[in-house]
Amino acid sequence: MAPRTLYDKIWDDHVVHQAEDGTCLLYIDRHLVHEVTSPQAFEGLRMTGRKVRAPEKTIAVPDHNVPTTLDRANAETMTEDSRIQVAALDKNARDFGINYYPVSDVRQGIVHIVGPEQGWTLPGMTVVCGDSHTATHGAFGSLAHGIGTSEVEHVLATQTLIQKKSKNMKVEITGSLRPGVTAKDITLSVIGATGTAGGTGYVIEYCGQAIRELSMEGRMTVCNMAIEGGARAGLIAPDEKTFAYCMGRPHAPKGAKWEAALAYWQTLFTDEGAHFDKVITIKGEDIAPVVTWGTSPEDVLPITGTVPNPSDFAGGKVEAAARAIDYMGLTAGQKLTDIKIDTVFIGSCTNGRIEDLRAAAAVLKGKKVKDGMRAMVVPGSGLVRAQAEEEGLAQIFIDAGFEWRLAGCSMCLAMNPDQLAPGERCASTSNRNFEGRQGYKGRTHLMSPAMAAAAAITGHLTDVREMMGEKA
Amino acid sequence: MDKFTTLTGIAAPMPLVNIDTDMIIPKQFLKTIQRSGLGKNLFDEMRFDREGNEVADFVLNQPAYRKAEILVAGDNFGCGSSREHAPWALLDFGIRCVISTSFADIFFNNCFKNGILPIILPQEQVDILMADARKGANARQTIDLEAQTVTTSDGQSFSFSVDPHRKHCLLNGLDDIGLTLEKAAAIDSFEAKNAAQRPWA
Repeated sequence: MAPRTLYDKIWDDHVVHQAEDGTCLLYIDRHLVHEVTSPQAFEGLRMTGRKVRAPEKTIAVPDHNVPTTLDRANAETMTEDSRIQVAALDKNARDFGINYYPVSDVRQGIVHIVGPEQGWTLPGMTVVCGDSHTATHGAFGSLAHGIGTSEVEHVLATQTLIQKKSKNMKVEITGSLRPGVTAKDITLSVIGATGTAGGTGYVIEYCGQAIRELSMEGRMTVCNMAIEGGARAGLIAPDEKTFAYCMGRPHAPKGAKWEAALAYWQTLFTDEGAHFDKVITIKGEDIAPVVTWGTSPEDVLPITGTVPNPSDFAGGKVEAAARAIDYMGLTAGQKLTDIKIDTVFIGSCTNGRIEDLRAAAAVLKGKKVKDGMRAMVVPGSGLVRAQAEEEGLAQIFIDAGFEWRLAGCSMCLAMNPDQLAPGERCASTSNRNFEGRQGYKGRTHLMSPAMAAAAAITGHLTDVREMMGEKA
Repeated sequence: MDKFTTLTGIAAPMPLVNIDTDMIIPKQFLKTIQRSGLGKNLFDEMRFDREGNEVADFVLNQPAYRKAEILVAGDNFGCGSSREHAPWALLDFGIRCVISTSFADIFFNNCFKNGILPIILPQEQVDILMADARKGANARQTIDLEAQTVTTSDGQSFSFSVDPHRKHCLLNGLDDIGLTLEKAAAIDSFEAKNAAQRPWA
């Protein structure tokens, strides 16, 4: 057999049927469901009298709408339309017999954090969800991507998806990262280099020493934002770290099944000589802590940089950059470290895992957030929250002046009450800086948890390396 | 799903690049449990001010484009979230076709599931269609899916490519799930094989 990429191998093992024109029916191993993109799909099943084909492979959790304040058991904390949407998921999970983590369950959290945590996500699987950040699960060497609601209904009814194969793209990060530089800086820097459409039509495999050196949490951060680069999915070949992470999780295989799974997982790597249609190489040592200045995730610069001038760009980006600078209330040439902020958000499926909270707490320990600042930490799941409390991280956040919240998507997309007011400016560990994303006319700067923590202390965008005594 | 065969209609120019799905339909409108009724909130934060008044210079508020059925847009249209509410809102407003140099993957897929035709053309041709759209309501463009052509108001015609399976579904208004369920035997046998080879999955 010709040498194959990791993507080729996973794809080949899931083809149910291939039509003459290359259109495939692909089998789906895990279907994750949340309350926003699923009600119309379940309604479709009811209208046609169809069932969920594999309820045991379907996992639902409410995350987008749920309040993150400690009083959320009180139904009044949710708007009526949010309440209806969460209640619809409760009912659909019950009626169709799918796995469910309700708001009251300590395991509840952001679907992309709960899936891996509970061992639903395993190497070599196909994983889909009506959510673009499904790319997160690619960190396990599983083919994972977002789908629309019509496709959610299709997967519920058939456990398959109609797909055309994407092209292969390799993103190699060589060498090691410098101190103060994290997985978030890798993934933002890649998007800065390729643009938000650079990955369109591709599945990316991230590789290289710097990727190998990342923890599973860091790898999830990298793959999470593959979609922001336009790629269908991001993948990282599983290794000992992956296997160690999966072992013993509630839904991971045990005993002989574990041994069989492990033997299969160890075949999941790109063969020597396999063909990639596009290759990007970035030196790990060249990556600096970065922030976004504009309203597209491709608007990335090292923290030592200055706000660009629209004339620095070409084509349609000239107008888009001018619009972004105006929307963000910035001036061309302004130093990024001179940008004052009033809100800090640490959380999301990009950076709401335990390692992210550890990184932020390490910067915040013994320090206070700047006067007048609103700062919140929203753990990615109830279990991340519990672990952070056990490790003493929660107390560091509280002592520093952060709000210590319950799990959910929160201000990443601001569908719940956690929103920016017009003109407010947020240092955010989330994934999108689109206009209005965190609230009407709100302004978002994306960065790593350590950088967000540094900004919370100083009140402006800050090079975390200075706080660590490192040279930029 | 409604069939898509031919369409002659007003094309609205939206040259901005990276128009994302948060712009197309902001998150506060995703709390619905229905597919319909989203057209009034299409491009909400660009189309209306905070008090709900129309922003006069936004293209779909201009008299010439209020009944637009085609959008001619900048690069990477539909990037961001997987929300199918974006094509639902476009369709509910009356948009049946979007033309650009590139689309985000999930949005592109979602369009076909809802009877909307996304057309990818080279920059020079999109530039010509954009200029044609700027002429206003009398400049109607024509899309012929069977022939795979877009024609400007003055008769200049461009060919586009479209996946044959998707074309077939659009032309006939076919439901994917029904087609897939015809292959139930293949799914059954895959599951049987999978249970033996990958029992943990």
